[in-house]
Amino acid sequence: MADHGGGGCCPPMDLFRSEPMHLVQVIIPIESARLTVSYLGDIGLIQFKDLNAEKSPFQRTYASQIKRCAELARKLRFFKDQMSKADVKSSAKSEAKPEFNFDELEIKLGELEAELTEVNANNEKLQRGYNELVEYKLVLQKAGEFFKAAQSRAEAQQTEASSQQAAEDSLETPLLKDQDSTADQGKQVKLGFITGLVPQGRSMAFERILFRATRGNVFLRQSSVDEAVIDPNSGEKVEKNVFVVFFSGERAKSKILKICEAFGANRYPFAEDLGKQAQMILEVSGKLSELKTTIDAGLSHRANLLETIGKQYEQWSELVRKEKSIYHTLNMLSIDVTKKCLVAEGWSPIFATQQIQDALQLATVDSKSQVGAIFQVLHTKELPPTYFRTNKFTESFQTIVDAYGVAKYQEANPGVYTVVTFPFLFAVMFGDWGHGICILLATLFLIFREKKYSSQKLGDIMEMTFGGRYVILLMALFSIYTGLIYNEFFSVPFELFSPSAYACRDAACSEATTIGLIKARDTYPFGVDPAWHGSRSELPFLNSLKMKMSILIGVAQMNLGIILSFFNALYFRNPVNVWFQFIPQMIFLNGLFGYLSLLIIWCTGSQADLYHVMIYMFLSPTDDLGENQLFPNQKTVQLVLLLLSLIAVPWMLLPKPFILKAQHNRIHQGQSYTPLEGTEESLQVEAGHDSHDHEEFEFSEVFVHQLIHTIEFVLGAVSNTASYLRLWALSLAHSELSTVFYEKVLLLAWGYNNWIILIVGIIVFIFATVGVLLVMETLSAFLHALRLHWVEFQNKFYEGDGYKFAPFSFALLVDEDE
Amino acid sequence: MYGFEAMTFNIHGGYLEAIVRGHRSGLLTAADYNNLCQCETLDDIKMHLSATEYGPYLQNEPSPLHTTTIVEKCTLKLVDEYKHMLCQATEPMSTFLEYITYGHMIDNVVLIVTGTLHERDVQELLEKCHPLGMFDSIATLAVAQNMRELYRLVLVDTPLAPYFSECITSEDLDDMNIEIMRNTLYKAYLEDFYRFCQKLGGATAEIMSDLLAFEADRRAVNITINSIGTELTRDDRRKLYSSFGLLYPYGHEELAVCEDIDQVRGVMEKYPPYQPIFSKLSYGESQMLDKAFYEEEVKRLCLSFEQQFHYAVFFAYMRLKEQEIRNLMWISECVAQNQKSRVHDSVVFIF
Repeated sequence: MADHGGGGCCPPMDLFRSEPMHLVQVIIPIESARLTVSYLGDIGLIQFKDLNAEKSPFQRTYASQIKRCAELARKLRFFKDQMSKADVKSSAKSEAKPEFNFDELEIKLGELEAELTEVNANNEKLQRGYNELVEYKLVLQKAGEFFKAAQSRAEAQQTEASSQQAAEDSLETPLLKDQDSTADQGKQVKLGFITGLVPQGRSMAFERILFRATRGNVFLRQSSVDEAVIDPNSGEKVEKNVFVVFFSGERAKSKILKICEAFGANRYPFAEDLGKQAQMILEVSGKLSELKTTIDAGLSHRANLLETIGKQYEQWSELVRKEKSIYHTLNMLSIDVTKKCLVAEGWSPIFATQQIQDALQLATVDSKSQVGAIFQVLHTKELPPTYFRTNKFTESFQTIVDAYGVAKYQEANPGVYTVVTFPFLFAVMFGDWGHGICILLATLFLIFREKKYSSQKLGDIMEMTFGGRYVILLMALFSIYTGLIYNEFFSVPFELFSPSAYACRDAACSEATTIGLIKARDTYPFGVDPAWHGSRSELPFLNSLKMKMSILIGVAQMNLGIILSFFNALYFRNPVNVWFQFIPQMIFLNGLFGYLSLLIIWCTGSQADLYHVMIYMFLSPTDDLGENQLFPNQKTVQLVLLLLSLIAVPWMLLPKPFILKAQHNRIHQGQSYTPLEGTEESLQVEAGHDSHDHEEFEFSEVFVHQLIHTIEFVLGAVSNTASYLRLWALSLAHSELSTVFYEKVLLLAWGYNNWIILIVGIIVFIFATVGVLLVMETLSAFLHALRLHWVEFQNKFYEGDGYKFAPFSFALLVDEDE
Repeated sequence: MYGFEAMTFNIHGGYLEAIVRGHRSGLLTAADYNNLCQCETLDDIKMHLSATEYGPYLQNEPSPLHTTTIVEKCTLKLVDEYKHMLCQATEPMSTFLEYITYGHMIDNVVLIVTGTLHERDVQELLEKCHPLGMFDSIATLAVAQNMRELYRLVLVDTPLAPYFSECITSEDLDDMNIEIMRNTLYKAYLEDFYRFCQKLGGATAEIMSDLLAFEADRRAVNITINSIGTELTRDDRRKLYSSFGLLYPYGHEELAVCEDIDQVRGVMEKYPPYQPIFSKLSYGESQMLDKAFYEEEVKRLCLSFEQQFHYAVFFAYMRLKEQEIRNLMWISECVAQNQKSRVHDSVVFIF
């Protein structure tokens, strides 16, 4: 199919057919491979095929380079991590771009990493010492408080005891008591104690275990530290308790030490003597301030280092990313047996051939290679990828089509028509120029800030809205247009173009709702006459209008679809599809619904019942038409149309499979007698792709397929036409909803003559309008428009089984990573 | 309500079951293992693993890589997944998930106690502990001198406390005692877990009892083989067997009197499910037994994924992941020590 090339039937239209592609083979000498691929990545118009699919990643030629890139990327991530910790921002791409060699970069990054880790290690060591000192100071302060409190209490006790002694100067007690107190003092000397800090969360368990381990022969005092301290070992901020444990005996001591260790409690020496304590506190404070200055110096050094890294970070990471993608691409190329050149295969659009060849030449010159790269086009029967050159305007419309399925190579692209029909169908359902203006303003905001938004990362929903900004722009413009036709501004009609054509019969206007109005002027020039609004016959009138409009639009769009299938058949030189698919389909659809459309257009104003005409055309075509007679010979015309439609069904169904079968047989018979043609080269290439050639021809399969296709079309003609009535239904729903909000909220609130109620009413109205009408209704109308395109329009011609062109390109690479 | 789990299971368990099945599909496949076995250096392994679910855990490791780092990071992933599931779980699934870790807890306790017995550094020992079996005061274990202290000091706060009631003696700790303690604890744990699963009922009970029975039987065989030639008496040996499983009770009677590996084999071959395991081994060989058991276990664990609406998938997933980490450890060790010919000795393919 690829061979047929531009059918020459239509003027050049970039979007209508995807770019013609060819499979190219590039043989690159190994010394210039990297540079070549790099230049090709700059162009970004070639999609490499993976020729080493069966090899695992580390068996490929450039696995070691990829490993180096991964290592560099890791270093860069490390820098980034450090920078974000230190709050250093990487400056946006700097102007000056000193070209970095990959090897140089590797060395440089290695040096920087070593320096940074060293600085970090030093800082950590200092910080650790600092934290230890902070903890020590805390212990000194808190424990000092314990001792002071204990001492004062002991003194108080002693004075109490002595005063008691003095008071109770009796004979029995004093001797024993004296002994007791002296014994106590004797023991106190032997008591050992340990001071330290334990994390607050574990303090309870710590106490419990201590109690258990020493069988209660321990005295523990704890006091919480007000501020979280940084733990010297882990470097994390932890709430801690200062503790003092008193114990007796060596065994208890070793146990307690072990427990302390197990609980991550840091112990610090502590002097009992008050004088010594004060001295130590002084000493520690001195050391602390000393360390502080050292740490600050270290930190500023580190900040400077990170600053210099930050300046070039973006550049480096881009380089590494590019380098990695180059080697990934190189890994997809197959290496020649002699290991002197690499063979690349890939798809590229034909228009890019010159560009690619230039790039190859440039690479050869720049890498000072003696042999140039060889570029040749391969012939293949494989289906090339689909590539549309879209711009920022058409891109989002093409996305709508691609979401259904990527077009087959060079088939007619519904995206061209979608640009207009999609927003138009949307607007038919969303006809209100007030709402349209709201949406227009919103999307204009997005479009004016396009530059700003496209460079930054947006939220999920915002991203989607921003991506579809041009779709929304057209949707808004079209809905203003249809809104003007429907004459609705937030459901309120305006006499914009001229006064209404109708007037009351008398000044009192008492008969306006009973008998009706009389026509006073010419017909209202554009859209619906405002006088219809609020009248009793408003709905019947609008329904009839919108229903008929829906059918007209639907039949027109489906006809467009069938005509596109004709262009496809013409383009792919497929006369069978023209004669046995396109023509009967046209006859069938237009014989029934085309006729209906004509009736709608020609017979406006007549009293005839079109339902009746259509239904009885099938049920009793020979009966008398009675009052539904619209033109002479109507019965004959209808009979002929009906017969033609009936004939069209077997016409669609039967001949095509048989013709295909005959064609297949002819080809196969002919094959054995075909003389050998073509050069050896083409034979070789074809040998590789031979397997695709002999597709089994299963008659039953083809027939069933055709049967399904026919049934689908015949039923679809009816159901799809009916499906277009959703245009009417949604538009009705939209206008009714906005009427409800306007009348039942805004006007009702207005009626109370109370400004509080009015404000509440306005707020409710605004929220209802924005939430329900502008957001939800937009979404639902969007979805219905989407469905009408995907199902009703595209199933007439669109195959959508292609695959997208995914070129190797540095420009896309950046998007991907971010 | 057996057979009606489908009606109510998803209220609490649906999300987690989906999660665990998603995790399961991230397990390395035979193709992955084949590729891993061809690696030349640890960096190759890292490169290959970075294309799998392990990628984010390994990508920030600087290049001279060690086996321990790989294993550590892979275990970290398992722990993260487990913690995530535990956070989301409600009763009784959270209890079920906690039960899974008790085995590691027992191993950790034994590791620390043995380590301190041989006067190793506690910090060093803590690093070797499996992170799933950590509990708050684990480091304090080093303080204990005998079982009673061990229990009274530390373990009384842990979920292992009830299992200890059977093995409290005031004897000092020695290697033999510790090993007996480990097995007694394990026995109590398995029995408790078994009872818990029975209480849960439904498909969980059905599948878990099968898996736990296999576990109990495997332990019984291992205990028997390991105790041959030691001073452990037959009665003591029998006491270590769990009181359920396919071998219970008659098989246990026979295992208790076994004197060498061939006798064990004779006993086991009477049980059809274990016949194929032993038929693969040549006589007198016990090295390959472990692998054979692992293979059988993996097969059974994989089967548990065939049924829906039960908790056994969580157990199975954790076990499979541990097996995978063992595999990775073995492969990396082989690669690191240039023993690539032995790679296949101990790797159990999961799929």
